[in-house]
Formats: sequence, C-alpha cells, structure tokens
Amino acid sequence: MTTELMIEMNNVHKWFGDLHVLNDVNLKVNKSEKIVICGPSGSGKSTLIRCINRLEEHQRGEIIVEGTELTNDSRSIERIRGEVGMVFQQFNLFPHLSILDNVTLAPIWVRKTPKAQAIDKAMEYLKRVQIDDQAYKYPSQLSGGQQQRAAIARALCMEPRIMLFDEPTSALDPEMIKEVLDVMVGLAEGGMTMIVVTHEMGFAKEVADKIIFMDEGQIVEAKSPDDFFNNPESERTKMFLSQIL
Amino acid sequence: MNTEIKDSIEVTKPPIASIGIIGWLRKNLFSSWSNTILTLLGIYILYSIIPSFISWAFIDASFVGSTKQECSKEGACWIFIKENLKLIFYGLYPSEELWRINSMYFVLLVCGIYILIPNLKYKGWVGSFLLILFPILSVVMFSGGFGLETVETRLWGGLFLTLVIAGVGIVLSLPIGVMLALGRRSKLPVVSLLSTIFIEIWRGVPLITVLFMASNMFPLFMPEGVNFDKLIRALIGVMFFSAAYLAEVVRGGLQAMPKGQYEAAQAMGLSYWRMMALVILPQSLKMVIPAIIGSFIAIFKDTTLVLVIGLFDFLGIIQFVGTNPDWLGFSHEGYVFAAVIFWIFCFGMSRYSQNLEKKLDTGR
Repeated sequence: MTTELMIEMNNVHKWFGDLHVLNDVNLKVNKSEKIVICGPSGSGKSTLIRCINRLEEHQRGEIIVEGTELTNDSRSIERIRGEVGMVFQQFNLFPHLSILDNVTLAPIWVRKTPKAQAIDKAMEYLKRVQIDDQAYKYPSQLSGGQQQRAAIARALCMEPRIMLFDEPTSALDPEMIKEVLDVMVGLAEGGMTMIVVTHEMGFAKEVADKIIFMDEGQIVEAKSPDDFFNNPESERTKMFLSQIL
Repeated sequence: MNTEIKDSIEVTKPPIASIGIIGWLRKNLFSSWSNTILTLLGIYILYSIIPSFISWAFIDASFVGSTKQECSKEGACWIFIKENLKLIFYGLYPSEELWRINSMYFVLLVCGIYILIPNLKYKGWVGSFLLILFPILSVVMFSGGFGLETVETRLWGGLFLTLVIAGVGIVLSLPIGVMLALGRRSKLPVVSLLSTIFIEIWRGVPLITVLFMASNMFPLFMPEGVNFDKLIRALIGVMFFSAAYLAEVVRGGLQAMPKGQYEAAQAMGLSYWRMMALVILPQSLKMVIPAIIGSFIAIFKDTTLVLVIGLFDFLGIIQFVGTNPDWLGFSHEGYVFAAVIFWIFCFGMSRYSQNLEKKLDTGR
C-alpha cells in the first residue's frame, strides 16, 4: 500500500494572548492512520485538532491538509471542512432540527446532494451507528450516547476523508461510553483516517497506530501504543501515565 | 358486579379544605391577613367599577338611530360610532373606491386563515405571496394606476392607515433588524461600526422626533422639486425606528447561542450565510419571539403618533370626528371604541406569539 500524506503540520505556533498554546508542533498523518492525542488539560490537544479544520487559526508555521495549505481564503477552508469531519465533546447537534435533518443538512446545502438521495444515505449511516429508529426525533429526546452517535453519523454523511474527534466521550455517562467507542472502532477498522483526542487508554491501545502525548503546547512523545505504554522516554509522560493508568 | 369490589376498598380523599374551589381560594386569596385585605379591596374596586361601566356601555346605551338627539343622556351613544364608521375605518378614501381596500382585506383574511390552519400544503407559497406579491398588489390597489383611479395618500386614514403603517413597519423592520444585528456582530470593523452607529442613532431619538424630521426637515435636504409622499416618509421613519429596536432584540438572541452551534455548522463547511440562515437564526429568533412580538405590539400602538405630522390614523380620526359640531361631546365613546379595537389586535398578536412558541418548541 502506498502511503498518502493527508495532514502535514510544520513548526506550527499559536498563542491565545500571551499564552503559547501550540509551541512548534510538527505532525504528519498518513492515509488510514489512527492517531490518539492525550495529555493534561490545557496542554493544547484540542487546539491542535481544531487548527486542522481552522476552527482556530495558527499564527506561525504551515498546516497542509490534502495538499492544500490553510490560509484565510474562505473558499478553500470551506472545501477542506467538507473533507474533514469533526465530532465534539458536547455533540453540538442542532436542537431545532430532527436527527434526520441534522444529518442531511450539510450534504444538501454544501454537497448539493438531491434531497431524496441525501435521506437514503443518511438512513444508511444512522443504521450504521444504530439509531435509524430515532431519525424523526429531536436531539433533546435522545440520550447522550445516542446524540453522540448521531453527531458521528452527521459527520460521516459528508463522506469525509479525515475524522477529528475532540474528547467524544468526556461528556457521557459511563454506561454510554462503550456504545460510542464501538462505533469509532468500527470506523477505524473501515480504514478511516482519524485523529482522536481522548483519555480512553483502552481505545488507544486497541486502535491507535500512534499515540501522541502533549504538554504545555508541545508534542512530548509520539510512539506506537506498545512503546508508549511500556517505554515512555520523558518524565512528563511517565508522570501522566502513572496518574491515569 | 364490580361495585362490590370497589366499595370494599377504602379510598382516602384529601381533606376538603385543601382541594377544589375552597382549597384554591384559601391558597391563593386568603392565605394570610395581608392577602385577605388585598383580596377584599380588589373585590370592592371591581364592584364599584364594573357594574357602572356595564350599565353605561350596554344597559343605558343607545344603539339605534342616526342622530345625536336619539341618544339617551345616561348611557353611551354608540350611534356616534355607527354613523362615523366609514370615516373611522377608511378615512376620506372615496366611497366608490372602498371595494379596493375591502378586497385586499378579504385576500389578507383568506390567506391568514389558510396559514393559521395546521397541516395544510403549500403554506410556503401562500406565505411568500403575502410577503412579496401582496404588498405590490396593495400599492397598486390602494394608490391607483393600471386603470384604477388615483387616490392620493392624504385621503387615506382611519384603521386602514393604521394597518398600512403598522403592516409596512412590522414586515420590513424584521429583516432590516436582523441584518443590523448581524452587522453589529460582524468581524469586519467597518460593517460593525456603521451598524452600531445606525442602531444607536435611531434608538436614541423618540419616534415623535423621527416623524417630525421625516415630515418637516427631510424636504429641506432634498434638491428642489424632488418630493416624496409624506406617508412614504413616515413609513420609512417608522420602519427604521422599529428595525433599530428589533436589531437589539435579535442581537440578544444571537448572543445567547452556544458557541458550539457556530462551530458545528462551520465544521461542516457551511458558508457564513448558510450557517446563519439554517442553524443560527432559526434558533436565536425562536428564543426571542416574545420580545419580537413585544416590539411589534409597541410599533402598532406607536403608529398613533403619525397624527403629529397630519396623518389621520385610527385614533387621530376618532379625535377628529369628535370635534365635528354634530357630534360634540362623544369623545368617551370614541376612546373606548379605539381601546377595544387596539386591544383586539394586540391581544391577537400576543396569542399568536404564544402559539408560535409552542409550535416551534423542540426542546434544547
């Protein structure tokens, strides 16, 4: 299999005011690669993936997604956002739309898919995350786990080439975490390129090709799961692992 | 058969004093000494106002006849309203052209009822007709052209004029208000600054001043010979005035939206305008429906101020009719009538707003 470079970050810096939230970040993600990012809160992991679809703007360095460098050109940003799906900690479903309308919104308005076709595809993806029977309900009528699966289906409906997950299980009750992780594992097995910010180390062990540990805006360690858990190099990583394992 | 079994089960009812009418009275009207005093005082005030009002407005009132002499001295003289009904409803609009207004009322009524009936098809089309074609058609029908005799706006008046001003003000001010609200929150400094200045200037000036300026000062700034119709000038004034208030109401709704909604919409690749139209505005406008309708009600009542620039709206014409020597001394009836009609319209809007809120509620 030839490796295709999907995302490239070179010497990326970002500041919030005086706070240096991304400090010289370098990252390469190949097609079908699964990256898990972990680290203490405030370490910049969410900011890093939010830079990839430009929900945050980086201030120095370059980010190249599928061959296109991220700049302020709104056309190319919108195009890249269509290729990059994102799942949020708080689901962020649109409460005024039914689940089906949530899922078909972007295909209809961004991809210009005919409505009937968009609905067919939506039902297919809703079936895949096992909430096709909830299609006509509103988000407020669903459990957290169901909402998050709906949000995943919403992102998948755009048939993205890359999926970003920003702490997708952190807002869920414990008994619902598994149903969401199962969907994500299935997605990983299907060959999706994924970057996942999470504290679920079980998921990381099972799925990740590479685990990245971040602290104070820097990538401290980037290793295969085996190496990461068994031979961490830096003291900070050891500290972190001892606290969460 | 079953009654035997039922009888054998002992049903304990709550004590009588805590349920039913007596329970309600105790809880709400006589729960404490001070509450009891207030209740009795309230009853006394109602007792001294309502019966005398009813006997004035109905029992002793005169309904039949055509002149002031046929009115009883004690009660209300509704003959006054009846005889001047055409003036009150249409102003000086020529009698033989009234069908033009009435047919538009009829169209409006039919479309309105159609839209209010739930679960009908083609509501979108009827709505767009009302918002786009109906106003154009109204302009032609009311002012003339295309073979219809021209009726100058100085002849327009009464409830008809009130509805025209309020209708134009309400329908046009909402989209302008939304644009101003978006403009004020824009990231482009020029757009934001201009919107803010516009909003603050219009909000900082009383409507009566706006109308005076539209009527008296505006012509001074125009090149000689260019002259807008006075009604159009008043309409523009009312529209921008209302838009500035609505802009702030809408901005409140926009600010209450969680950031995640913007981010989710952006992350899908929606452009700014699609994000606003499909995700943000439907939710934020829904949140501020009560305040929006409140603004509409306010503007509906504020239209009475156009009297100061010599336009005879509903209230204005009632005052004017009261100064007619044939009908001197009946202004009370006129004001009561005006109050009732205004109340019906405002209450209708208020009910509609509650309806809309219920209908659009999808939980959060």
